[in-house]
Amino acid sequence: MRFQLHIWRQEDSQSPGRMAAYSLDNVTPDMSFLEMLDALNEQLIAAGEEPVAFDHDCREGICGSCSLMINGEAHGPQTNTATCQLYMRHFADGTSITIEPWRALAFPVVRDLIVDRSALDRIIQAGGFISNHSGKKPEPNSNPVKPEIAELSLDAAACIGCGACVAACPNSSAMLFTAAKVAHLGLLPQGQPERYQRVQSMLERMQEEGFGACRNYGECEAQCPKGISIAFIGQLNRDYVRASLGRSQHSRGGMKAQ
Amino acid sequence: MLDLRAQLPTGPIDQMWDNHVNGLRLVGPRNRPSYRVIVVGTGLAGASAAASLAAMGYQVDSFCFQDSPRRAHSIAAQGGINAAKNYRNDGDSVWRLFTDTQKGGDFRAREENVYRLAQLSAPIIDQAVAQGVPFAREYGGNLANRSFGGVLVERTFYCRGETGQQLLLGAYQAMCEQIHARRITMHSRTEMLDLVVVDGRARGIVVRDLVTGEIHSYAAEAVVLATGGYGNIFYLSTNAKGCNATAIWRAHRRGAGMANPSFTQIHPTSIPASGENQSKLTLMSESLRNDGRIWVPRKANDKRPPHEISEAERLYYLEERYPRFGNLVPRDVAARNAKEVCDKGLGVGPTGYGVYLDFRDAIQRHGAEVIAARYDNLFEMYERITNENPFEVPMRIYPAVHYTMGGLWVDYNLMTTIPGLYAIGEANFSDHGANRLGASSLMQCLADGYFILPVTISDYLSRHPTHDVDVQHAQFQRITDDVRERTARLLSVGGRRSPQSFHRELGDIMWRDCGISRSEAGLRDGLDRIPQLREEFWRDLRIVGNGQSLNQSLEYAGRVADFLEFGELMCGDALQRDESCGCHFREEHQTPDNEAQRDDEHFCNVSVWEHTPSGPELNAEPLVFNALPRAQRNYKT
Repeated sequence: MRFQLHIWRQEDSQSPGRMAAYSLDNVTPDMSFLEMLDALNEQLIAAGEEPVAFDHDCREGICGSCSLMINGEAHGPQTNTATCQLYMRHFADGTSITIEPWRALAFPVVRDLIVDRSALDRIIQAGGFISNHSGKKPEPNSNPVKPEIAELSLDAAACIGCGACVAACPNSSAMLFTAAKVAHLGLLPQGQPERYQRVQSMLERMQEEGFGACRNYGECEAQCPKGISIAFIGQLNRDYVRASLGRSQHSRGGMKAQ
Repeated sequence: MLDLRAQLPTGPIDQMWDNHVNGLRLVGPRNRPSYRVIVVGTGLAGASAAASLAAMGYQVDSFCFQDSPRRAHSIAAQGGINAAKNYRNDGDSVWRLFTDTQKGGDFRAREENVYRLAQLSAPIIDQAVAQGVPFAREYGGNLANRSFGGVLVERTFYCRGETGQQLLLGAYQAMCEQIHARRITMHSRTEMLDLVVVDGRARGIVVRDLVTGEIHSYAAEAVVLATGGYGNIFYLSTNAKGCNATAIWRAHRRGAGMANPSFTQIHPTSIPASGENQSKLTLMSESLRNDGRIWVPRKANDKRPPHEISEAERLYYLEERYPRFGNLVPRDVAARNAKEVCDKGLGVGPTGYGVYLDFRDAIQRHGAEVIAARYDNLFEMYERITNENPFEVPMRIYPAVHYTMGGLWVDYNLMTTIPGLYAIGEANFSDHGANRLGASSLMQCLADGYFILPVTISDYLSRHPTHDVDVQHAQFQRITDDVRERTARLLSVGGRRSPQSFHRELGDIMWRDCGISRSEAGLRDGLDRIPQLREEFWRDLRIVGNGQSLNQSLEYAGRVADFLEFGELMCGDALQRDESCGCHFREEHQTPDNEAQRDDEHFCNVSVWEHTPSGPELNAEPLVFNALPRAQRNYKT
């Protein structure tokens, strides 16, 4: 297979960027998208040109490092697929492919296709945890959790933190990312004591980091490599309203653990 | 000579850890903030250690080369985590987890460490649940269990096929709480390139800021390496692309003993490589072996599609050879048998290096829905990569390098031979002997990070002053200069070959000579070729770009340079260990049934290598088994 690649090149966060064109031969359908970029980089190095910088690590769709906008879609054309698990068999031979970094105010470009996603870490730091010291803990089976609740919590917790939801959103909102963590912890009995404080702190932080507000475009769900449901955003909004009404101060009987 | 006193406690094995903890010195809560601890790596071991130490009150600096601590490769562990809870009432106990681990490791681990690991397994689950890890539950709401390769009880806890992800997110979130409280300072995209030893004690590290290229150093009262394994040396492995040996290798060169470096686990169930451009191998969780049956055609070079091959023409080689364990034999046995049948020409798939893992019977017995509930995400992942649906066509699998049992030597306190330098998780050698049981790596990382290191490091810290050394110390300047010089040297080679081409070639040598099975001739071949390749590397390497910015080729080249030194030590270690044990299979030493034949008279020890100017020097820590007598492994009856 043969492709025309149009790739964003940018020296560093201060320099202006530009699209550069490359042509690449000898691509096979069983190559992953990142293996195709590896091949391009080998070709560039052989020609004495700087290889294209891109984030990647596990290459099995779970670490969340890879973050490419492919032909205008976060992680490319396959649904529920991170870039590292996208294969060249999904592209027609001889076509052009445009590859850009995530575009969002809160994700400054570091170099080429690499962006700084530390804003997502800071949202978690603002409250995306259950306060906890290491040490003796109660026997887990003394506090049963319905399997469907545990599964729903896991559906939300499956988020890999790649930032595709932000890149896909016309408003660059990190609402799906935030909602997934709020739901993961808020559905579990252990997560109740901090439930309302958590949603407030995380949302405030999200806004401070320069992410936009959610306008229900739904692009986040469509382009999420883990298929995280937009329904979690509805849950977040309910919790946020309750938190704003001060329910968190009078929580007894006001919420359901499961 | 290295000081290999392991600081083992005395007394009956089930009381040793408690006795040991009771004898350790403490640091009072008000004094803890004045102690600085560096933790390198943010996988399960590093994240749990950093969070635990910070929650106690220590001032922690945490480092990772990824853009976020949540991306460490623990995240990719699929199957589960063992704990001796005996929820299933099937006769499990701490003792049984201990004996399974020791037997699985083929009696090449220190039994005191292994027993402690089994003891701490249950509290890990309690800790994780308290953090909000959403483990699978049964209908009544209790925690669910499944069995996992090589054991006869159901003691494995899991979150679908994403157990590592969920446990890591639990530890990462615990870190986030401490980052927010300013007790952890997080340094992402920062790679440790050397260790600073002052007056015989580990006092800090030298790092490169991967974004700006600046070289910095950090001082502390103790340094913890939680930098994972070195399986990536084989080029193709299930490790993440960034996994590397640099931190532990640099520590080794500064005086830390390296233990059993040749002990490498080859995982039996990875998706076979499709061709030349393959950049990594993807694991299929071995939990699949619970329901999948492994077979190959009985006839060599049988190219018929699997559904045309009748039952009588199929060779279920594990079930035939090991009737009691069948498809659940330990990883090394499964891997070696797969290689053997493929070497005989019975392998399947385009390359002939693959065997079938077939769910047909399980689907008939339980229904497709039950199987989908168990393995849906794994099946999906498989189909994504191979374009084949395991509900219709049997999966193809082949062994792949997965885990390295070897690593920095540590004593019972997890301290290396350099005082003040600790190694935890896969970076150390301590608990898995010559072969690790499935679902035990997560357990070990978290036992080290949550429960062991916080108390043992406190004992060490309590014996030393704080802030008596900082980065102005001459030794910090010297090591920083070393790192700058090395980086400049990599950039100035000016040859023609990319770092990847050297890595690939090294991987080929390692896989052929130091892989699933090893022989004297092969290892000597490796020992010949690796230095030649290293010489060529330093003569013909090409890095485009400079050192003052983000330069992934430069990062990669530094890691490959260290692999090129490490690989030689691995081959040397495999050569001197003139026996077979666990994953270390020397063709010269096998039982009539092709099982690993140990030589307890000469090799009942840990081989610990010391870096000296005249080359690696071998030390040995003898292993003594009092609690559980040694036995020859036998998975046949």
